[in-house]
Amino acid sequence: MSQQILSDEPIIIARDVHKWYGHFHALKGIDMDVMRGEVIVIFGPSGSGKSTFIRTINRLEEHQRGQIIVDGIELTHDTRNIEKVRAETGMVFQQFNLFPHLTVLQNITLAPIWVRKWKKQKAEEVGMQLLERVGIPEQAAKFPGQLSGGQQQRVAIARALAMQPKIMLFDEPTSALDPEMIKEVLDVMIELAKAGGMTMIVVTHEMGFARAVADRMFFFDEGLIVESGTPDDIFKNPQEDRTKLFLSQILTH
Amino acid sequence: MAGEFAVRSQALPPPTERYTLLGWAHKNLFSTWYNTLLTFLAFGLGYVLVKPVITWLLEQAEWEVVKVNMRLLMVGQYPMEELWRVWLCLHLLAAIIGLTWGIWVRGRPWLAGALLLAPISFALLPTISDPNRAQLFILAAVALIAYGVGRFRGKGFRRPTISAWVLYFPTIILIIRGLTISEDWLPSVRSNLWGGLLLTFLLTVVGISFSFPLGVLLALGRRSRLPAIRWVSITYIEVIRGVPLVTILFMASNMVPLFFPLGIRTDPVLRAMIGITIFSSAYLAENVRGGLQAISFGQYEAAHAVGLSGFQTMALIILPQALRTIIPVLMGLFIALFKDTSLVATIGLLELLGISRSIMAQPQFIGFQREVLLFISLIYWVISYFMSYISQRLEVALGVGER
Repeated sequence: MSQQILSDEPIIIARDVHKWYGHFHALKGIDMDVMRGEVIVIFGPSGSGKSTFIRTINRLEEHQRGQIIVDGIELTHDTRNIEKVRAETGMVFQQFNLFPHLTVLQNITLAPIWVRKWKKQKAEEVGMQLLERVGIPEQAAKFPGQLSGGQQQRVAIARALAMQPKIMLFDEPTSALDPEMIKEVLDVMIELAKAGGMTMIVVTHEMGFARAVADRMFFFDEGLIVESGTPDDIFKNPQEDRTKLFLSQILTH
Repeated sequence: MAGEFAVRSQALPPPTERYTLLGWAHKNLFSTWYNTLLTFLAFGLGYVLVKPVITWLLEQAEWEVVKVNMRLLMVGQYPMEELWRVWLCLHLLAAIIGLTWGIWVRGRPWLAGALLLAPISFALLPTISDPNRAQLFILAAVALIAYGVGRFRGKGFRRPTISAWVLYFPTIILIIRGLTISEDWLPSVRSNLWGGLLLTFLLTVVGISFSFPLGVLLALGRRSRLPAIRWVSITYIEVIRGVPLVTILFMASNMVPLFFPLGIRTDPVLRAMIGITIFSSAYLAENVRGGLQAISFGQYEAAHAVGLSGFQTMALIILPQALRTIIPVLMGLFIALFKDTSLVATIGLLELLGISRSIMAQPQFIGFQREVLLFISLIYWVISYFMSYISQRLEVALGVGER
């Protein structure tokens, strides 16, 4: 279990969120409240809309109906609001998406320097601290292509943390990693969750992670939330048949 | 047993293959009967094609025509008493290159040596006049001194050197052109006197410098979501690409004066520069667009997720990667541009090719076409190869294909 909930106002409010890709109805009315400091795990079969939903939170995808309010700011077509929300959210991608032409440290310090207008020295200090926190300070001068997948993803986490966001979004962070590297990334995420204060929304298949640190879990299927609850509720007492079916499929090993 | 794996898993060096010359020849040239046949055919063909050229070069070629007309070939009809200005530009270039080399390039002493030897070996040729010989030695000396400064006092000179590169081309245009205002200081040299290799260089440098930013803007414009910008960019690119360079030069030559107030005489060299810039920018735009398309969507998403604005994303993340990828293509474009400058002869400007044709037309030099053409071909080739070499070094320095 992670830190206690910090305040009463939800930091993310999603009300009846719908999204279409052309004719394809990807999100069919999502309602979700996320409290400050909560660690949320979203799981479900592929195509269920989990990644789509998490990407609507920082406007990498646009929702066509419904409301999304992040830290009091509503996400609409207004670009100023979008920029404010993006400054408060950090995202870690399945494909890492590091900037290959910059060194590891430059990847991390780029945004603070250009968006938060920090001085280079301050940005580099914070950057090195973050690299130590994720366990790879010695890689600072290397280029992403010279690192292993697990190391790259940890750099991606450090890059997102460098902007000191209130919310961290993880879109299947370990799905593209070789099995022996999954643990090192999950360890970083577990440490982040246990340190407290950070609202985390993690789309993942790693049920061990969910059991360890999740406050609540949401099961997505076919664009809807089928079931939600604490890890205890979901694992020991799943209510819906589809939940039970999916859990039986992924918990066989 | 525990130590056995450690011993076996130690990496061994690969087996080396050593050949004697005979061994190499056997493997690569004479391994099978058809290889042997092809080898003999190739050598025979080479002999048949090359022997007449070598014979002619060594026995019959008379280089008098090149020696006598060297000044024309190099600077056209630039007045003799002002030639010091051209030398000044070369010295400035040598200084900047020397500085750049000293600050940023490590190793490769043989290349540095070769570059230094070039002016010195020119100076030792018997056909060079004495004042030019002195200038060439000074050139080598300036480069060497600048290299020393860059190598040993490098840190403080980084920014000034970059500014020097940026300011170099406007400065030399000013030097070569002179001032029309004060005729004592730096008398103006009208552009119809510029010619030969000097003019080729000026056209190339201006063409590259201006078509590059214009091409990038056009490429971005073509991808813009604003319909007006997009349609203007598409129209420009497709119209210019559909027309031969000669036509554009003709049109520039005839139509540029329309854009200036009546009575102002537009420089014919300026018109040629405008034509070349317009032409090159359209092709460059498409190459940049190709590079932009190669950037994965995830880069945009990561940049937006971390809070960078659209402009910052393009300038810091996308364009650096896109331009790095297309360096070979861009360099090919610039090399082609360098040689396309020879087309300005059709609008009356005498750059390297143009002036060599007028040299060949002189009565006392009829029959010496081969020497002149071979000489300017050599010049074109040396410079094109140099540009190609720079492109390769740039790719290595920027890690193209590695990261």
